[in-house]
Amino acid sequence: MELVIFVITAIVAIIGAVAMLTSRNAVHSALFLLLNFGAIAVLYLLLQAPFLFAVQLIVYAGAIIVLFLFVVMLLGAERDEEDANPIRWQAPVAITMAVLLVGEIIWVLVRQSQDSIARVGSSDSDFGSPAQIAQALFTTHLLPFEVASFVLLTALIGVVVLHQRRS
Amino acid sequence: MLPTIFYIGLSALLFVIGVCGVLLRRSTLMVFMSIELMLNSANLALVTFANQRQSLDAQIMVFFVITIAAAEVAVGLALLVMIFMRKQTTNIDTMTTLKG
Repeated sequence: MELVIFVITAIVAIIGAVAMLTSRNAVHSALFLLLNFGAIAVLYLLLQAPFLFAVQLIVYAGAIIVLFLFVVMLLGAERDEEDANPIRWQAPVAITMAVLLVGEIIWVLVRQSQDSIARVGSSDSDFGSPAQIAQALFTTHLLPFEVASFVLLTALIGVVVLHQRRS
Repeated sequence: MLPTIFYIGLSALLFVIGVCGVLLRRSTLMVFMSIELMLNSANLALVTFANQRQSLDAQIMVFFVITIAAAEVAVGLALLVMIFMRKQTTNIDTMTTLKG
């Protein structure tokens, strides 16, 4: 059962990513990216991360995709890359190196999978629940949490400064 | 629980698709979306290892990665709008002002 859900979700994720890569229209690309984010959220549920499932849907599928769509529609830049790439040899070299990279990763994984990639410990049904995440976040990882709030504040101020009218 | 290698393989595949997007597409928006895809695939690998090790630290790290990604997208898209207003294009080859 788990395998069936995984295979379907993985196929949806890969289709979303490839369609994002190949579609000419930026709005379609953003929507395919949304499909991919949704599939990854389902995988988080399979991996016992219900909190991250919610965060993924709210932040990625909600905020970030809306921001992308908003900017694409604001700029009217749906289709402005009709002109060919000036560096002609870039595309074949990029594809060759991407295939090499994925082959290398799979090779390393298959070699490692015999010994070190084995399940450790027993499954705790409460693992990854919002209560456990909150406890870890507000005790062990309190300093990074506060720093993250500063980062968000800096981004906020940065965006306001960037769009200030200079007279 | 499925073997970890399934999830890591999917994560690697998505990451490489993201790399292809950065290398092949000329629109800055598309490069941005590909970077988001790569961040997501890294998150998937981290959540997989968190589940495999039954340790919450990787899930906390994914939480921070999502936070930083949100901040990055806000600033990046603001920059993109500024550049578009100046150059009237999102083609990445026109942004050569900092070239030495």
